[in-house]
Amino acid sequence: MNVAAAAMGGTERSGGAPAGLASARVGGVIVELHPSGALWLSATRTLVVADLHFEKASSFARFGQLLPPYDTAITLSRLEAVVAALAPDRVVALGDSFHDRGGAARLSAADLSRLSALVGGREWLWVTGNHDPEISDHLGGARAADVEIGGLVLRHEPSATFVEGEVCGHLHPALTVVGRGRGVRRRCFATDGHRLVLPAFGSLAGGLDLFDQAFARVLSRARTVAHLIGSERLYRIPLTAARGR
Amino acid sequence: MTARIPPPPTDEPPILPAAFAGWFAGRGWTPRPHQIALLDHARAGRSALLIAPTGAGKTLAGFLPTLVRLTAEKAAAAGRIGGRAPARTGIRTLYISPLKALAVDVARNLGTPVLEMGLPITVETRTGDTPVHKRRRQKLAPPDILLTTPEQLALLISARDADRFFSDLDEVVLDELHALVTSKRGDLLSLGLARLRRLAPGLRFTGLSATVADPDGLREWLGGVTTPAELVTVAGGAKPNISILDTEERIPWAGHSARHALADVYALIKAHKTTLVFVNTRSQAEMLFHALWTINDDTLPIALHHGSLDREQRRRVEAAMAENRLKAVVCTSTLDLGIDWGDVDLVVHVGAPKGASRLAQRIGRANHRLDEPSKAVLVPANRFEVLECRAAVDGNYLGAQDTPPLKAGALDVLAQHVLGMACARAFEADALYGEVTSAWPYRELDRATFDRVVDFVATGGYALRAYERYAKIRRGQDGMWRVTNPQVAQQYRLNVGTIIEAPLLKVRLIGKKGAVGRGGRVLGEIEEYFIETLAPGDSFLFAGEVVQLEGVRETEAFVSRAQSDEPKIPSYAGGKFPLSTYLAAEVRAMLADPSRWPSLPPQVGEWLAMQRLKSVLPSRDEMLVETFRRGDRFYLVAYPFEGRLAHQTLGMLLTRRLDRLGLKPVGFVATDYAISVWGLEDMGRAFAAGRPTLGALFDADMLGDDLEEWLAESYLMKRTFRACALIAGLVERRHPGKEKSGRQVTVSTDLVYDVLREHEPDHILMRATWEDASRTLLDVGRLADMLSRVRGRIVHKRLERISPLAVPILLEIGREAVSGAADETILAESAEDLIEEAMG
Repeated sequence: MNVAAAAMGGTERSGGAPAGLASARVGGVIVELHPSGALWLSATRTLVVADLHFEKASSFARFGQLLPPYDTAITLSRLEAVVAALAPDRVVALGDSFHDRGGAARLSAADLSRLSALVGGREWLWVTGNHDPEISDHLGGARAADVEIGGLVLRHEPSATFVEGEVCGHLHPALTVVGRGRGVRRRCFATDGHRLVLPAFGSLAGGLDLFDQAFARVLSRARTVAHLIGSERLYRIPLTAARGR
Repeated sequence: MTARIPPPPTDEPPILPAAFAGWFAGRGWTPRPHQIALLDHARAGRSALLIAPTGAGKTLAGFLPTLVRLTAEKAAAAGRIGGRAPARTGIRTLYISPLKALAVDVARNLGTPVLEMGLPITVETRTGDTPVHKRRRQKLAPPDILLTTPEQLALLISARDADRFFSDLDEVVLDELHALVTSKRGDLLSLGLARLRRLAPGLRFTGLSATVADPDGLREWLGGVTTPAELVTVAGGAKPNISILDTEERIPWAGHSARHALADVYALIKAHKTTLVFVNTRSQAEMLFHALWTINDDTLPIALHHGSLDREQRRRVEAAMAENRLKAVVCTSTLDLGIDWGDVDLVVHVGAPKGASRLAQRIGRANHRLDEPSKAVLVPANRFEVLECRAAVDGNYLGAQDTPPLKAGALDVLAQHVLGMACARAFEADALYGEVTSAWPYRELDRATFDRVVDFVATGGYALRAYERYAKIRRGQDGMWRVTNPQVAQQYRLNVGTIIEAPLLKVRLIGKKGAVGRGGRVLGEIEEYFIETLAPGDSFLFAGEVVQLEGVRETEAFVSRAQSDEPKIPSYAGGKFPLSTYLAAEVRAMLADPSRWPSLPPQVGEWLAMQRLKSVLPSRDEMLVETFRRGDRFYLVAYPFEGRLAHQTLGMLLTRRLDRLGLKPVGFVATDYAISVWGLEDMGRAFAAGRPTLGALFDADMLGDDLEEWLAESYLMKRTFRACALIAGLVERRHPGKEKSGRQVTVSTDLVYDVLREHEPDHILMRATWEDASRTLLDVGRLADMLSRVRGRIVHKRLERISPLAVPILLEIGREAVSGAADETILAESAEDLIEEAMG
């Protein structure tokens, strides 16, 4: 494992890692976690974001819940910021990039042009998810059900059978920490050293508690470590030290 | 109808028909003056407000005019055409109660005179429990009198056939009006009544209320600003016999368990027929119930009743109570209202009542008869509560009342109503605005705000006009607003009402080694907020048992029976009601006046005398601020006596300000009486040197930017936003035919709040949230009043060490945060140190 880590080490950006990044080991590969909720694979200069859920508000609006129509713009701003900070050569959107099939068609002109600039500015891969099995061609970028990068397998939904080094989204991990008599709930990265589940990146994407049964078939609870998203950094908390919410 | 004839000043009531007079006489009753007065107002077509204490026969008084009138009309009709009443399509009298149980109770009580006098009048209830077929039948063949709740009224007036159903309505009777009007339910009700006035011109209202601070406000609320309802008052019956528990035990300095008084309370229960033991919170109820059973050597039938218990369990307790099978019930505010209980001969109130009028209401539960005095014993849990109880007792004798004031109507409630009105029939904005502003809470609503609310209902009201095509209501060529499709009305009906329960988790009992997430007997429901403060392994009291949290899965909390008898998580909060303004002023007055101290238990008098010796006791309009050092921390303790909520807000703002001044505050704690901030720098020295002066520190300008800034990031705002978003219909509680499959598919209102705050902080719902939070959660108005009251009257006392008055609040430090059993021991030890230090 050290060998793998050393092999990755040589490709670090000059001047060291950008501030706020935390590292974790997944399937023997050292990866870096960004406080925005994005995964950074520095060896291949690849940025991975999961569950953008663009146009979630307008999806709800169709059925009478008129949520604020600003979620896509906010998610785009966050994405632009992390892209500007890390300057990736490649971005992987790890599925559920749109909240529903019609999402891309509902993008406002302004949001569409911002998204196009992001997609057009570098290599872009849309991994398809359950909410968005098809991604419209007019958005640009490539499409795949899964992809292998630097010894890791990236796909939207965790495989039913164990896959060493699998990185996925779909589950929206979140965790509650208790202090001063009340709980603080945050989205988080979750890994047991073998697989990694990314937090949802979308501004209106909810969270699923890490103690939920859905995680039990993906991660070994005893070994699960959560990296909670703080305002400027990540907080590492082993699941055994946390509580069910 | 004949002209009004004023009642002659005799005992003979000319206004009561012979059949009714006979029925009264048959029961050995004489019609009471207030009953006659209501009949009189009804005959003249005037609305009336009856203010009377419990046990005055309010309900019968409220219904007499209706019974008399309907009987007379039916008799006349019977004489006319072969005994058949003329065809009609709607109900004649509507009765609205805050509790469905009360509506059911009243239906039963009303059945007695109707049956015994053989009146040709039909009476039915309509609540959430009424089966669909019965509701349908009620629409086709309406009863004469319909008994229901504010939520059901909202549903009825939003139906397409509302015009027909209410066209024959003559009279509305509103029960327990004082309990309804100050809440969002009251706002919704006021809007519903405004609609009824339009559907049935000439409608009369009869309000039944306990004593309130501002009867004139309530008269206007009921009758309208220009035609306030006539007031009928019943003098408070027999003066209640209230005492404060006389105990040999040492009264604790802090805490809310009242454990010291346990043996005394048990003895009281034993000595009476049936006792109601009121406490302020669920956890206090659990604690006390559990403790009573540990000393219940005679196995007296003592039961527990609070809102979190499983409904079946609550019903069993209520039934046992009605049959007089119980010796005592430990209960919370779930038993505050209305329903008649068996032969309760004693009310014990554990903990301070927080408001004199709440106390009066609870004490009214004993001896539900006007002519006999109720008997009540107050059990203060700590020394400040002794002062509060004393003040409440004096207040009760004075007849002073501190019910919350009427307030402007909430905008989220208005949004819900606007959608409901669109469901009923197309509306024209001008007309609806006129109707809405005829409701008292909305009388000052400006047109621009109303239009923004309509816009919110239609398309979300966002600056970015993204949702025109998803509009819920749309204005047609004819200028009328209509719902855009039938699903909108269906959604509205599923989500009607303003009662937003705190998110609840089902509590399931599993074995020690049981699997979390599977099965287990349901013990009841518990607030998510409470569970969020626990870690697995923490034990707490629930449903009368010490249980231990095993884990939480989705919407269920799994617990097992704990090994120990001592729950680890104490009941730390004082209660959900803050100390009322009235009682606070009384407590301040008592502190300032040593001649009143002899009425207090000797240990409490001694405590105050000691405070005078070691520090100072402020006069009633002054605020005392003490500063001292303990260990490596510097403390500031202020005594505003303005209630926990206002103090919490003050604490947040003071901490920010002290931080900016470089005085390095570390934490603060707030109680109903005082607030303490501690930090790393000597605040006393800084104040003495005028850097800053206390006047500057407590300047009201803290309510400007500081408050805005703090609020924006406060979790309290998110909690309030959730309620507003649900009531206003931005986020649904229930969606037709769509079951939630897991937590990830629900919309988090916290996230929605963040999005709105970032992009449209002036949105109408943000305004509703701010108004709601500043009034209820933060008590900003009260804090503002306090800051202006103490302006130029702040007394600073620099002390060498902690003062006697400061001990209780310093004992609360650490109690607020959840800590382990070891911490509890340390706390107890250091508590003793504090007292020695202060008194020695």
